[in-house]
Amino acid sequence: MPEPHYRPGDAVDFRHIVVPPAGAQPRPDETCPPAETFALCNDLIRVLDEAGRAVGPWNPQLDPATLRRMLRMMALTRAFDERMYRGQRQGKTSFYMKSAGEEATAVAPAMALDFEDMVFPSYRQQGILITRGYPLVDMINQIYSNRADRLKGRQLPIMYSARSHNFFTISGNLATQLPQAVGWAMASASRGDTRIAATWVGEGSTSEGDFHSAMTFAAVYNVPVVFNVVNNQWAISSFSGFAGAERATFAARAIGYGIAGLRVDGNDPLAVYAAERWAADRARSNMGPTLIEHFTYRAEGHSTSDDPGAYRSAQERSEWPLGDPIARLRDHLIALGEWSDDQQAAMDQELAEAVRAATKEAEKNGILGHGLHHPFKTMFEDVFEELPWHLQEQAEQAIRERRIKWPEWKE
Amino acid sequence: MTLEEAPVSLHDAPGRRLTMIEAINEALDIMLARDPDVVILGEDVGYFGGVFRATAGLQKKYGKMRVFDTPISEGGIIGVAVGMGAYGLRPVPEIQFADYIYPGLDQLVSEAARLRYRSAAEFIAPMTVRSPFGGGIFGGQTHSQSPEAMFTHVAGLKTVVPSTPHDAKGLLIAAIEDNDPVIFFEPKRIYNGPFDGYYDRPVKPWAEHPDSVVPEGYYATPLGKARVVREGDAVTVLAYGTMVHVAGAVCAEKGVDAELIDLRTLVPLDLDTVQKSVEKTGKCLIVHEATRTSGFGAELSALVQERCFWHLEAPIERVTGFDTPYPHSLEWAYFPGPVRIGEALDRLLGH
Repeated sequence: MPEPHYRPGDAVDFRHIVVPPAGAQPRPDETCPPAETFALCNDLIRVLDEAGRAVGPWNPQLDPATLRRMLRMMALTRAFDERMYRGQRQGKTSFYMKSAGEEATAVAPAMALDFEDMVFPSYRQQGILITRGYPLVDMINQIYSNRADRLKGRQLPIMYSARSHNFFTISGNLATQLPQAVGWAMASASRGDTRIAATWVGEGSTSEGDFHSAMTFAAVYNVPVVFNVVNNQWAISSFSGFAGAERATFAARAIGYGIAGLRVDGNDPLAVYAAERWAADRARSNMGPTLIEHFTYRAEGHSTSDDPGAYRSAQERSEWPLGDPIARLRDHLIALGEWSDDQQAAMDQELAEAVRAATKEAEKNGILGHGLHHPFKTMFEDVFEELPWHLQEQAEQAIRERRIKWPEWKE
Repeated sequence: MTLEEAPVSLHDAPGRRLTMIEAINEALDIMLARDPDVVILGEDVGYFGGVFRATAGLQKKYGKMRVFDTPISEGGIIGVAVGMGAYGLRPVPEIQFADYIYPGLDQLVSEAARLRYRSAAEFIAPMTVRSPFGGGIFGGQTHSQSPEAMFTHVAGLKTVVPSTPHDAKGLLIAAIEDNDPVIFFEPKRIYNGPFDGYYDRPVKPWAEHPDSVVPEGYYATPLGKARVVREGDAVTVLAYGTMVHVAGAVCAEKGVDAELIDLRTLVPLDLDTVQKSVEKTGKCLIVHEATRTSGFGAELSALVQERCFWHLEAPIERVTGFDTPYPHSLEWAYFPGPVRIGEALDRLLGH
């Protein structure tokens, strides 16, 4: 039976995790045969070294303005998470999921992809929406399920949908988005459309059958899709060994399907950007799918309903050998002479204030359970395109119940 | 009354006669031609044309981008179809046997059925899942099941079962044009001829059946509308698929003046037609091939009781398959055939 290295109270020593030097990984051409990537499935693509320099063939050579934007989007994601987490604890909503420590795996790909590329996220890629400029107020309205929620209060908080930002509706059932991304990309390719699909899944959910069917279809039809496996080590309380991590890397799954695979330092935003861009360019030039494993660490609980202190050592976060993605990019910018601690502090303050202002704005539309929800009849809409008789009857019943309970109530 | 104004009875009209398989093939052909967004995918549907020949010739005519073979992965087939629908295509996946649909159930129940609702209509799943279902072909327990009730129980799915070549074509065209996900169960026992329930009698071809006359070209038979196959006063018989023919034959043989209703669409159900009939006859027999407990007959029975209680003159009867897996050698002992239906009719009519 697999057993994680450390449990609560244990001293943590991550020396068994092999961290190769930054810049030492070869970068094959985007149009290479899949087999040329297979060695990278058991390596770790890294760009930022310990001194904060960007080194090696995977260095995407981004200009300072782009680097600062990347830093800002990651910091905004973290500030947003902090505020929403507190909001849940204050009873403003039922549920929240932070992405602390994993911001690079959403923000950097969102910058590497085209805005028009369709993303099929899992539940911890709020960084994509933020990077694509989706309004924070709309995100908070969704989290509060209030009367301005674009999803009409139907979805669990953070299960966003944003067609305007090419962001597919998040399911909550795990890995279902993988074959859907493949189907979307097949449709796009069949139309001669240059848009590709990218999808995200946790390492734990690679155990689902949908992962296998998505890989198979993607390989069979050479589909323009990028699979992002976010290996954050923990699936709620189950460590990655329960998904087979002790036998092979998640990137190495690509080898069996005969598609390109890359294993990336998921806390190195530049490596993540470079890998995603490589895979996107490859897909767009009709060379087929890529599986990217983002090797990272879930720094906090699975969700607000989780207590990681009950199953893992609290030391893991501070001992994580790949550091923190925001700190690493900050240090890089400082090393370049393009940023400072003072600027960082000012930015953090500015972003916290922006999130606070968005929260206040959203709260005008209500918080969960305080009456400011969508009109009652919307519960029955969108089950079908048109309301069939049986839902019409049930809608009338619901209105009747409402009138009995609150005689003064008006729709 | 001039000739043009005379009511048209399809039964008497001269016309082409097709089998149900030919009618389905023609519906797919017409929709592929009419709508460039329609694509067909499934196991063996491409070059070979499907194990039951429903897609024969279509890949050759429309190409591999429109009609293509897939890996043996029902979850993948449905999941990919959800993604294609989100892009804007109108996929028509085939699941080779309804018995194989379960690996695709999560994609149908949690994804296709709820896409419109959970995204507030930002994304929809306009797909029609075709799948042969039902027994009577010595398919054993993995090639004979009728799982329609699993889908009628799911909010957001429509479930359709044709019983004739004419309806198979019209209903399939309507299903493909529908913007909601439709489960289209094809009763494979009657693909190539109607069935009166007597497995030991010679097989009849569709050519002798009036509803094998299939108009050429495009027509849609609206979803949610039942068909009164035969009007009568003694008892209302509710059936769909193969059992429409079996129940009809038993009633004819016994000389029962039954009003036979082919439901055609289970969700949304045409309850008005059912209610009107039961209020007239005062008696109701429900026939389906699927297992009994929590079968669609239970829903029908509850609805008839709720709507028609004061008109009922006898308890509602359900004739169904037994609550066992579909057995291979004892297939005809399992099948709800003339004896089981006849006994229920006798009880209802007080014989």
